Amino acid sequence: MTLILGSLHIGLIYALLGIGVYITFRVLDIPDLTADGSLTLGLAVSGIMTINNQSILGLVLAFIAGCIAGSVTGLLQTKFGIHPILSGILTMSGLYSINLLIMGASNISLIGKESVFKIFEDMLGGLDKDIVRLIVCFVVCFVVSALFILFFKTRLGLMIRATGNNEHMVKASSINVDFIKIFTLAIANGCVSLSGGLLAQYQSFSDISSGVGTVVIGLASVIIGEVLFGRRTVTIGIISAVVGSIIYRLIIALALQSSIFPSYMLKLVSAVIVGVALSIPTIKKSIENRKLRKGGI
Amino acid sequence: MLKIQNVHKVFSKGTVNEHYALQGIDLELKTGEFVTLIGTNGAGKSTIMNLIGGDILPDKGRIYLDNEDITYEKEHKRARKIGRIFQNPMLGTAPDMTVEENLAVAYSQSKKGLFGIGIKKEDSEFFKKCLEDFDLGLEDKLKTKVGLLSGGQRQAIALLMSTISTPKLLLLDEHTAALDPSAAEKVMNITNKIVREKNITTLMITHNINQALKTGDRTIMLHKGKIILDLSGKERENMTVSDLLKLYENNSNDIFDNDRMILS
Ligand SMILES: Nc1ncnc2c1ncn2[C@@H]1O[C@H](COP(=O)(O)OP(=O)(O)O)[C@@H](O)[C@H]1O
Ligand SMILES: [Mg+2]
Repeated sequence: MTLILGSLHIGLIYALLGIGVYITFRVLDIPDLTADGSLTLGLAVSGIMTINNQSILGLVLAFIAGCIAGSVTGLLQTKFGIHPILSGILTMSGLYSINLLIMGASNISLIGKESVFKIFEDMLGGLDKDIVRLIVCFVVCFVVSALFILFFKTRLGLMIRATGNNEHMVKASSINVDFIKIFTLAIANGCVSLSGGLLAQYQSFSDISSGVGTVVIGLASVIIGEVLFGRRTVTIGIISAVVGSIIYRLIIALALQSSIFPSYMLKLVSAVIVGVALSIPTIKKSIENRKLRKGGI
Repeated sequence: MLKIQNVHKVFSKGTVNEHYALQGIDLELKTGEFVTLIGTNGAGKSTIMNLIGGDILPDKGRIYLDNEDITYEKEHKRARKIGRIFQNPMLGTAPDMTVEENLAVAYSQSKKGLFGIGIKKEDSEFFKKCLEDFDLGLEDKLKTKVGLLSGGQRQAIALLMSTISTPKLLLLDEHTAALDPSAAEKVMNITNKIVREKNITTLMITHNINQALKTGDRTIMLHKGKIILDLSGKERENMTVSDLLKLYENNSNDIFDNDRMILS
């Protein structure tokens, strides 16, 4: 039971990361590596703010800080013409120093501080602690998902989807493609950073190395969701990223508990899962081609 | 309306591949005029359109649209005033989005605010009415992904998209060349209809000389980066394809290369 509850908590928190990655990777069709840095940025900002008794403001600032980080990547890509992958790496790398600067140490503890979880535990005194945590995680995740689902139905949302699909057409429709890309990278990284912000307050610490492998985790959530729901509308995409994140956590928790592999193998296993899943379309294609070559009509 | 003044374009300047693509183009289009542009492969036809559209900048000369100097204006900014369709039907539409979503993106130019609802009910109805006029059965496919449509249907949608908020100028770069003959004819009919109904000043590139003479009000021939013929009125009406080819030979001092010109 604790295993399932714990996976739900973490799954819902990382679902925000999944949504952010889904938006850049699938909707905007740009692989964005900023996430490794922006998740830690969220941990750093929210951690420091929580230590200063401003946990809710900390989450808001984490989102805003992530937006700024995403805009930097967006600027590098559009205004300075740097390759999208390299732009993300540059921002991520720079953020390492920024995050250390914010935290003042490579690890800070929030134990005993008034985190959002603590605030709601006090407010909903009678309830079990784990249930309160579940409610907080669920509400945050629900609100963020709903906002993004609504957002993608607006005119700007449509423009973002079109930019990811056919940039040329968007330009021809007199829309500033650079602005669209910068804006989208900003909100996506804001979402990733919010995920980190919530995580810090949940686990009561922020660590400079928390972000390592973040992009892969986000991709894994997106891909697991797609296996279940298929690739359809953005609404379904966002929901499936959330569900994918929860399932990913359950799988990991089960695998660790039954000692299928030691915990240090986690990142390798995640990378292999994502690598295999992403290569499936190509593998399918080459099997088809081989059949054609052999069989003919 | 559109005024091109002494425009020059050199590609790969200062390298062994240096190519003088346009050598002093002067051209003026009157409001509502429908001009066809012909010329052999590599004559510089698309280059003229890309300069007007803003993908590339001229090395010399000016381009004015309604007395406004647009020579160096940003591509997406002038897109508000200039509609464009290309030969490749893939370029004008987003394949993974539905017909109405594509139209809504184009229609957003004429709407204020980014956070309004993307597709309102009245928008859908408006799109449907526009598509009914095309007679391609597209009015029942508003929710179909554009990637599933034929090239002709995609090109028709691209046409509607670039004219849905009426542009000052419409540029068509061999927009029916990649279609099968019956689709090409349908798209050409739709083009004529839209251009005439909305009275849009239009410049159309075609490699079909017969079509060039039959469509619109004026025909211009380009050769090696220069305008060598400008036909309109009676002279154009009485012109046959073979007359035109003779004129071309005289004016260009070149043996005619009928590689791409279709003598239909
Ligand atoms: N971006 C470019 N870079 C270098 N050369 C170009 C470029 N665009 C066009 N050209 C050259 O300019 C000449 C005219 O091209 P274009 O205008 O496309 O001809 P067309 O009349 O067939 O449309 C061609 O020789 C072409 O190779
Ligand atoms: Mg051309």
